[in-house]
Amino acid sequence: MAKYLLLKHYRGAPEPVNAAPMDQWTPEEISAHMQFMQDFADRLEKTGEFVDGQALAPEGTWVRYDGEGRPPVTDGPFAETKDLIAGWMVIDVDSYERAVELAGELSAAPGAGGKPIHEWLELRPFMGVHPTVTE
Amino acid sequence: MDEALIRSLTPGVLTALVRRGADFAAAEDAVQDALVEAVRGWPDDPPRDPKGWLVTVAWRRFLDAARADTARRRREDRVEEEPAPGPAPDVDDTLQLYFLCAHPSLTPSSAVALTLRAVGGLTTRQIARAYLVPEATMAQRISRAKRTVSGVRFDRPGDVATVLRVLYLVFNEGYSSDVDLAAEAIRLTRQLAASVDHPEVAGLLALMLLHHARRAARTAPDGRLVPLAEQDRGRWDTASIAEGVRILQAALARDRLGEFQAQAAVAALHADAPTAGETDWVQIVEWYDELARLTDSPVVRLNRAVAVGEADGPRAGLAALAALDDTLPRHTAVAAYLHERDGDLDTAARLYAEAAHKAPDLAERDHLTRQAARLNSRPR
Repeated sequence: MAKYLLLKHYRGAPEPVNAAPMDQWTPEEISAHMQFMQDFADRLEKTGEFVDGQALAPEGTWVRYDGEGRPPVTDGPFAETKDLIAGWMVIDVDSYERAVELAGELSAAPGAGGKPIHEWLELRPFMGVHPTVTE
Repeated sequence: MDEALIRSLTPGVLTALVRRGADFAAAEDAVQDALVEAVRGWPDDPPRDPKGWLVTVAWRRFLDAARADTARRRREDRVEEEPAPGPAPDVDDTLQLYFLCAHPSLTPSSAVALTLRAVGGLTTRQIARAYLVPEATMAQRISRAKRTVSGVRFDRPGDVATVLRVLYLVFNEGYSSDVDLAAEAIRLTRQLAASVDHPEVAGLLALMLLHHARRAARTAPDGRLVPLAEQDRGRWDTASIAEGVRILQAALARDRLGEFQAQAAVAALHADAPTAGETDWVQIVEWYDELARLTDSPVVRLNRAVAVGEADGPRAGLAALAALDDTLPRHTAVAAYLHERDGDLDTAARLYAEAAHKAPDLAERDHLTRQAARLNSRPR
């Protein structure tokens, strides 16, 4: 029982095998990709392993505290950062091996030409709960 | 009658339905419905015979569902006979239920979820919250688990060890939520101990009680971990310790030592020391030797190295540690501690920081970071 974050990058991940950007796919290929993602999430819900999944808009704004009584400083929005998160999925699985297996399946989402993208996904374990018996 | 008391009737009601011929999955759903009704209605209008009430309501729910199902099947031209109601014998089938819910064909997370629902009587929503997953996901996990065990005969004894592993997981892992999983695990283990005479069941119950007794002292008001040696022993629950020790002694007297009894023995030796300095580390090392023989677990050998460090000095602890694989979880944290005891504070500070980086959970990471910070900020 462990939770993992599957991070999908717009940029910053190593180059996938099938790297053609989405705007150069056919509309049908885009639909097939979206359907694949939805089916994947539905399947994980049925296996009792789905926690959450969200897509993020590509543009982000940097925000920071600027001192007592002052509004936060913002910078951006930027579209040109080096590493950009496209979205995530959180899964709750019995083992690391299972998490790797599922990430591998998600990475097979179809892209240009209906072929798998072979996209690199980043797999990050959640910090766990502190077990009661440790001494 | 409070919720936990209502829920304690769950296994008896569920097995009564199964004995009458209901299939496990449908019976389990019907019992959940009846429990929800009981939790809602009983505070104002408690029944004279709570278990009888639950069996009656659950059986009615089961028949309603079976009828709806039969009607549906009839429409599909697949008529199936409704199970015939039979007497509900007064046999305690609780044990069979534990075996079923911890069946080896289930993954650990499914076994935990099914046990909490079918034996513990918790709702899917409560279980989902305790493990921080959506309710729909937990519902699927449970119904999948029920499908997995649907072909399992209900009258065959299983292996107690698998049940104990599931209960240990419930006790040891879970987020804080409106359900106190540690207390729930103790309740379920106590209930199991009442229906099976097995020294390891007693051993696990003792272990849980001894650890639970220290719970109030284990975290500071700000939420950080307080290590055993620094805990305010006045805050330990002496009644829980006394019960744990009594159960453990009775189990050990039967001379069928197992992993949980040995772990409980270590916990009992800690509980027995009026101050950390008076801990009987020599005996603790002996129990870890027993545990290493019983389990061959690397975690046990790591804990043993800590105990050796206390019993024979940090150099001896480091020597014991050197024999172990340094990729083991918490290996670096143990090394940091033993180096500090040995007076090598620079090495200890570096290792604490390294251990914090590798820590698998937040409370431990914070604790180790504080240890590194404490050494790094010392006057030189």
